[in-house]
Amino acid sequence: MKLTKAMMATTALTLAGTTAFAQEMANDMTIVSWGGAYQASQDNAYLQPYLAANPDVRANWDESSPEAVARLRAMDEAGNLTWDLVDVVAADALRLCDEGLAMEVDHDAILAAAPDGTPATEDFGDLIISDCFIPQIAYSTTNAYRTDVAAWNGETPGDICALFDLETFPGTRTLQRQPIDNLEWALICDGVAFEDVYDTLETTEGQDRAFAKLDTIKDSTIWWTSAAESIQSLADGEAVMGSSYNGRFFSAIVEQNQPLEMLWDAQVYDLDGWIIPAGLPEDRLARVLDFLFFATDTQRLADQAAYISYGPARASSAPLVSTHAELGIEMAPHMPTNPDNATNAFVQNYLWWADYRDDLDARFQAWLAQ
Amino acid sequence: MAEQMMAADGRTLKSSLNRALRRQKLRALLLIAPLLLFIMVTFVIPIGQMLFRSVENQIVSDTIPRTVQELASWDARTDPLPDEAVFISFAKDMMTAVEERRHTRLGSRLNYENAGISSQFRRSGRDVADMGEVIADQFIALNPAWEEPETWVTLLADPDWIAADPDDRPAFELSDTARTALPRTSDVYAEFARLAQDSPRGLARSQPWNMVYFALHEDLTATPAPDLGTLASPLLTEAATAASGFETESIRDAFIASSRGWGDTALWQTIQTYSPPYTASYFLTAVDLRQTPDGIERAAENQQIYVRLFIRTLVMSLTIMGACILLGYPVAWMLANLPSRQANLMLILVLLPFWTSLLVRTSAWKVLLQQQGVINDLLVWIGLVADDNRLTMINNATGTIIAMTHILLPFMILPLYSVMKTIPPSYLRAAKSLGATNWTAFWRVYFPQSVPGIGAGSILVFILSIGYYITPEIVGGTSGIFISNRIAYHISSSLNWGLAAALGTILLVVVMALYWAYDRIVGIDNVKLGG
Repeated sequence: MKLTKAMMATTALTLAGTTAFAQEMANDMTIVSWGGAYQASQDNAYLQPYLAANPDVRANWDESSPEAVARLRAMDEAGNLTWDLVDVVAADALRLCDEGLAMEVDHDAILAAAPDGTPATEDFGDLIISDCFIPQIAYSTTNAYRTDVAAWNGETPGDICALFDLETFPGTRTLQRQPIDNLEWALICDGVAFEDVYDTLETTEGQDRAFAKLDTIKDSTIWWTSAAESIQSLADGEAVMGSSYNGRFFSAIVEQNQPLEMLWDAQVYDLDGWIIPAGLPEDRLARVLDFLFFATDTQRLADQAAYISYGPARASSAPLVSTHAELGIEMAPHMPTNPDNATNAFVQNYLWWADYRDDLDARFQAWLAQ
Repeated sequence: MAEQMMAADGRTLKSSLNRALRRQKLRALLLIAPLLLFIMVTFVIPIGQMLFRSVENQIVSDTIPRTVQELASWDARTDPLPDEAVFISFAKDMMTAVEERRHTRLGSRLNYENAGISSQFRRSGRDVADMGEVIADQFIALNPAWEEPETWVTLLADPDWIAADPDDRPAFELSDTARTALPRTSDVYAEFARLAQDSPRGLARSQPWNMVYFALHEDLTATPAPDLGTLASPLLTEAATAASGFETESIRDAFIASSRGWGDTALWQTIQTYSPPYTASYFLTAVDLRQTPDGIERAAENQQIYVRLFIRTLVMSLTIMGACILLGYPVAWMLANLPSRQANLMLILVLLPFWTSLLVRTSAWKVLLQQQGVINDLLVWIGLVADDNRLTMINNATGTIIAMTHILLPFMILPLYSVMKTIPPSYLRAAKSLGATNWTAFWRVYFPQSVPGIGAGSILVFILSIGYYITPEIVGGTSGIFISNRIAYHISSSLNWGLAAALGTILLVVVMALYWAYDRIVGIDNVKLGG
């Protein structure tokens, strides 16, 4: 009796401020994600178990995350919010929060503590980059190269600067058609220390340096906009080296046996997670919070790693990561956060990019068009 | 009988005829009404609204109205920074904006004009609640009653509003005496009350913002001293006497301490320049110009892109149109002159691509044209091209032109075919029997009659290609992308809808101007889509 009361009190506290206790919950949920292998991992790790435990609930996936920010803004203007929970990358979460389109949440109040009682904010730590953002996974934008290039005479790329070394490693590169990541890599290979990258990039001279470095490989680069293009170019042999998301490389190398090798050096960490759209009706919000509490707990995040090689966002999930659900191989060595892979990882500064993205993008596109 | 005759002649007849005609017109209008309504609601109105965004800039004056007003008199040439009054207004505006979560939206807007502003707003959004705390603490130290929400309600609210049922109060109203005696306080408090009333705590349990205390201090120390009139209570009189002795704080320093950027002249100039409710800045950006405090300037050379893209879009669309004419004309001629059984079969072949998804067709070109692709492999195998020197036919302008010509070809062939079908073959025979060579007969007799088909096909292909987006995105690389790709980027990624709308407007105007020119030169009556 006492225990029940205590539990009720905690639950009430958990929901206080956002929704009333014992609130009616809506039974329909539209969850927005990226489609493909990533969405499948979410479906397997959290949604199906949740639906099994709550047979009344019906959930739909909407594969609109790539244009989530624009769509949410349009929904907000039309006053018709059809989404309940949206999966976005950290930079988009930051923008949605800035635009007032995502709900600010109290992480400790709505998320489960770790099994040992560590509160959610400590368990997620620095990954909570915005009051609106509930992290799920850490992934990285990193590089890979083909292992069968005859022109390299047996040399293999050892660090990120191989990207810019056309003499030792001739061949076409494939990089993302955006300034983010590429400018950082260019500066790193121009001799700028990791911690000085953004200070340098803030100055015109620094930007000139980065673009001058990119100039050296501009003519031998194919610029991709969707990660699948990059993998396709590498698999076809159109490009010999290039960037993509580490999970995509994992599936190309391990699941499809493509002749590629990871180049983890200077991988750029990024985050992906949930935001709750601002202005949900109370019954729908109650359902979303109920699902979110379940879907972001320590075990669920660890389960997701069995389907895709992205690192769970909770520190407490890491020890629980085991083997691939179908192939049975250990997943830990393929995680971007694995100590062997993370020796020289670069952490992107989202807040800095929120400021300079418009400016540098204009310059980057103008540079491409010249 | 006589009455009927009367009805049949003169006015009566005319009016009855008119009535019949009116009914007919109305019926015709009713018939097209669903379509008209559909087009208005789904097309004209949304596009109009979208285009309106290209000049709309109310966000600045809506979010920080007091600041905009105060800032109007600031001159950056005499003072590097606006004076304290501007910063005080700004703190009050920000307080409301932060509570309504609108300040970061303004930050993103201004960030389009001056990189780095968005983080100033984000950072100071957290700190602005503390501004004015020094003053607030002194009021409370003077008399703890100032901490009570009730004190403020009694002081400033309209008596009728106070008398209303507390469970079902209308929107907060200030009393007239408070408004005249304590104008600044009333001004800030009214906004606080409006927001507090909607919050879960309610007005009765919310302590006013520090900036409300700050405003009260401003009112009480103003010269001439305020006439408190009926507001004068022991509490307020005591505060009025003590206020002049309060330790004050500089809001300007507080902002600069919160984020150094607020001490930057350029930032305030940006806010001042972009204060008006309407702006040309999106249009200026769309043609590689910039609005600066010193007037209009060209954008930095390394950021100029839009004019180049507009020109490229036009040139490439014309090239695609030309290629479609060259490839489509013979096909249409053959279709028109074959026996109808074979012609129908060929027509199906022409239409076949429409049955396949656009994405599949575009991706198929990628497989064919890439360096390790089918065509290059073939050329290498024949020996026309060296293996280490394969042709680059994709991810550039060539790729876009090839793929788009293929996709748009049916739009050229179909109007050409339907026009050629109506040209009697006997004309050519007659020309030849009169002694014309094959070429003369074609060029002088057949071709002029097929021109309306070329016109129709060219307009279709040109207008479709000028707004094409998905094919250039997939096969265009860097040198084959169109202005539409930048519009899409600004709509879905950078969220700079104002700039996207300006680019879209310019594109629309260019198309209309070309259409007008075409009408003047060729004549739109000469365009035929069929017999």
